[in-house]
Amino acid sequence: MKVLVPVKRVVDYNVKVRVKSDGTGVDIANVKMSMNPFDEIAIEEAVRLKEKGAITEVIAVSCGVTQCQETLRTAMAIGADRAILVETADELQPLAVAKLLKALVDKEQPGLVILGKQAIDDDCNQTGQMLAALADLPQATFASKVEIADENGQKRAKVTREVDGGLETLSITLPAIITTDLRLNEPRYVTLPNIMKAKKKQLDVLKPSDLGVDIKAHLKVLKVSEPPKRSAGIKVPDVATLVSKLKNDAKVI
Amino acid sequence: MAALVIAEHDHHSIKGATLNTVTAALKCDPQVHVLVAGANAAEAAKAAAQIGGVAKVLHADGEQFAHGLAENIAAQVLTLAKDYSHILFPATAAGKNVAPRVAAKLDVGQVSDISKVDSPDTFERPIYAGNAIATVQSLDPIKVITVRTTGFDPAAATGGTGAVETVAAVADSGKSSFVSAEIAKNDRPELTAAKIIVSGGRALGSADKFTEVLTPLADKLGAALGASRAAVDAGYAPNDWQVGQTGKIVAPQLYIAAGISGAIQHLAGMKDSKVIVAINKDPEAPIFSVADYGLEADLFTAVPELVKALG
Repeated sequence: MKVLVPVKRVVDYNVKVRVKSDGTGVDIANVKMSMNPFDEIAIEEAVRLKEKGAITEVIAVSCGVTQCQETLRTAMAIGADRAILVETADELQPLAVAKLLKALVDKEQPGLVILGKQAIDDDCNQTGQMLAALADLPQATFASKVEIADENGQKRAKVTREVDGGLETLSITLPAIITTDLRLNEPRYVTLPNIMKAKKKQLDVLKPSDLGVDIKAHLKVLKVSEPPKRSAGIKVPDVATLVSKLKNDAKVI
Repeated sequence: MAALVIAEHDHHSIKGATLNTVTAALKCDPQVHVLVAGANAAEAAKAAAQIGGVAKVLHADGEQFAHGLAENIAAQVLTLAKDYSHILFPATAAGKNVAPRVAAKLDVGQVSDISKVDSPDTFERPIYAGNAIATVQSLDPIKVITVRTTGFDPAAATGGTGAVETVAAVADSGKSSFVSAEIAKNDRPELTAAKIIVSGGRALGSADKFTEVLTPLADKLGAALGASRAAVDAGYAPNDWQVGQTGKIVAPQLYIAAGISGAIQHLAGMKDSKVIVAINKDPEAPIFSVADYGLEADLFTAVPELVKALG
């Protein structure tokens, strides 16, 4: 059984982005780019499933600019067997990415697609669920635990999900879509020998048109602005002053 | 046309996030309907009809909706979608799970986590952990939206005069089944609806200390308990207490951060709080840059002192 793992190249999570002065977006020139942290968790989970013998091949996929090849090399250094880049310089919104992934699901016929639950740039939290809908597959989002098991001859995934109020466990038929939450695993550090090995692994490059997918935008960004600034208040010397400020000035207790 | 709100409920009553979503829906269209898809959920449907501004409640009932499985709820919404210009979900774990399935099937984009409605097709939403606000226009005939509840006041829970209409329920998808849930029961207010939140970080050092030090303060203030990602990852607090970019987004009247350094991802989840108090012994902690009142102190002495001072 194959697993497909889509990965996104995003501004590194440690970078505090700045809004461009002309309001057209955020400034990402000369900013460190990395793999979306949730996608790293997705790759790690797929590789662990392979190490356990539950699956046979891990295919990393990225949709976007040429430099996404670096992200795919990282995915292969973690342990993905091969990679596919759907290359385009056009802006890709979640629905377009889901359509590209649907075309790849049709082509590769994976038993499982594991995605990050959300990208830390656009904070959309859509692609996995959209792919599940387009491919007409069951989904288990925000996973904190994944087990593959045979039930009466049918392969299923038992997935524990992080939901409001606690945890919930679902059993879904395969093929299926899973999205990762933070506590699913802790991705391994990439070692130099594995980085070297990853350079030799297969990386295919396709265009959206090769997959016959329309990637038009459904949302138009009119402007991007700074959030209202919150300025630092005052330091209080002791607990008594704090309580008096909260009672008399802020009037919140 | 009208706007359809997908209610979040426990089959007996309506959850708070639904009320904020109704407010957002009313800014999109004056005619607002609510879908209650549940199992033996007549009580919840009745409660939804009481919400101020709701013209009609559509009630779909069946065992297949007992656990809110995305496949079944999305299929139900799709049977109704063509009559609506807007379909809104609260941006909760449940809403986020279902909304994109609906959008993709309708071949429309989704506007996630809106914090403001500028016009019926233009919305504001935070991106990059709230470090930028994008104003986006939907180019689609049906707008599928998730609503950041802290961006909108709750609609009145009572006083409405909507009618409840029963609609045919879709069949179970057969592809997904509920196994079990571990939902913690507590008497505290819901994190996203609480007026006061006491939140703890890694500095608490253990699950026992987290409870021992912060619970008395939360009890005294009638507050909900929250946590930083570091504290949750370390196992000091349950996952659903996590406040931040990818956890819960909160905006209480008072947010007390004890032993939280203030990573940008955490600030993204709480910086819209009205008053922020930071207790931290590190004078350089970034949390002080957003705190209205900063107390540079060891939380293990300061928090118990605070409990005492509150009488």
